[in-house]
Amino acid sequence: MNETPPVSAAVRQEIAAIARNDWGRLVASLIGLLGDFQLAEDSLQDALESALRHWTRNSVPQNPPGWLLLTARRKAIDRIRRSRNFERKSGEYARLIDLDHETADSEIMPEIPDERLALIFTCCHPALEAKSRIALTLRTLGGLATGEIARSFLDTETAMAQRLVRAQRKIRDAAIPFAVPERSLWPERLDSVLSVLYLVFSEGYAASEGDDRLRHDLCTEAIRLARILDSLIPDEPEVEGLLALMILHDSRKAARLGNDAIPVSLAEQDRSLWDREAISNGLALVIRALSRGRPGPYQLQAAISAIHSEASSHDETGWQEIVLLYDQLHAMKPNPIVLLNRAVALSCLAGAETGLANLAGLEAELEDYQPYHAAKADMLSRAGKINEASIAYDKAIQLSQNRPDRLFLEKKKRKMQAG
Amino acid sequence: MKYIALIYANPANEPKFGTPEFAEYMKGYKACNETYAADGVLLGGEALRSTDVATTVRVRGGKTSTMDGPFIETKEQLGGYYLLDCPDLDSAIRYAAMIPTAKFGSVEIRPIADVSGLL
Repeated sequence: MNETPPVSAAVRQEIAAIARNDWGRLVASLIGLLGDFQLAEDSLQDALESALRHWTRNSVPQNPPGWLLLTARRKAIDRIRRSRNFERKSGEYARLIDLDHETADSEIMPEIPDERLALIFTCCHPALEAKSRIALTLRTLGGLATGEIARSFLDTETAMAQRLVRAQRKIRDAAIPFAVPERSLWPERLDSVLSVLYLVFSEGYAASEGDDRLRHDLCTEAIRLARILDSLIPDEPEVEGLLALMILHDSRKAARLGNDAIPVSLAEQDRSLWDREAISNGLALVIRALSRGRPGPYQLQAAISAIHSEASSHDETGWQEIVLLYDQLHAMKPNPIVLLNRAVALSCLAGAETGLANLAGLEAELEDYQPYHAAKADMLSRAGKINEASIAYDKAIQLSQNRPDRLFLEKKKRKMQAG
Repeated sequence: MKYIALIYANPANEPKFGTPEFAEYMKGYKACNETYAADGVLLGGEALRSTDVATTVRVRGGKTSTMDGPFIETKEQLGGYYLLDCPDLDSAIRYAAMIPTAKFGSVEIRPIADVSGLL
């Protein structure tokens, strides 16, 4: 009789750590070999199960990821052998057997080739639905469990699992290539990758309620994935720009919520709580990116964030530079939200009345956009137009989609009325 | 992998026959035909007459009923197709993007299903 010894906590931890850190690299390597997302994931999952048993019975091997890759390949052989479409996979099967023979007699663990860049581009392929790109990236590259992703996006686990299966099926049936696209396709394809990472970050950033730990981890995960991307494409300034932007936003994490758990505006944040080390990392990245002389929207947004990070106070902020950066950003990507942010910066530079004059033309386009009414209320209040400001605050409160935003605005309105 | 590129457009947006724009438009299609053939990806392709001359057939309870017009009325109608054999979707997207109608209409790329085992 086989008796499975109880799995020690140390082994469990070791395996969990590998599953997180090396998951993307292992899965990418297996997909490259097997040409099949589902088979790659299933085989790696088998290998992890196997590790739980073997590493407890014997000891944790010297090169755990190498051991997992070798085991996952053998598990893939088993799975292909058992599967009904054996013929379709016969090429991959032969290759796996060859690889297995090469390593059979040696104790040398295989090197894991880094195919994560191809994996990122595949997961973020614009032929996939936007939300599926995010889910697939977090699952396949980030190694997050389906349940974790579902909870992060306030979805059910079943719905998220189905979404992942559909995405993997489309990759297979439409033959979305597992490859780094040729350079001529990069403008669209890299943009899609960057926007997936930024959406992951924003989702975590929006979850500012203290009890929503898991969602906030999305910020950390987005930064981790952007670092991986930056290491894989070291000379791409927009990747550096996005990474810097996220690091700089994240550096203000500790100051963003007051003791009453209500968000604190940038103007009123306690800047001594900002993470100085993160800021210097972010600043260095912004400088490196901009020095390449190929500015882009993420770099410009990071530069704006950097100016805030360097300012000793809200009043001492380089508003003139910020206004100019918004001008550049708008010239690159015309967008009413950029103009709104520019008007806010202008109100800090030249006064609330100037800000309001710049808002006037945006009303039609941004009528349903909460930050527009919040900015307008703030400017009216600073201009001493209390009645009009109250109306704008009410409109903003009514448009708020989450509780922290609403509490923030209600507090500002109360403060204004108390004079 | 075989793909069909289904070419949709609102006929009102198409260049009118006899205009210089129409000549340019046809040149674009000629370039598609030549490139696809030279690259060895072309399996077939045709332009379709407009839905004015379409006929829809249904068989219900063994009875054939015939109707004037397309099955669904939409502003964008299927105006033609290419059948291409490409290594992967990125390659199919690149070829589809060459189709002149993509500039004002749209091209839907669908993988061909292999049903030979089911017949």
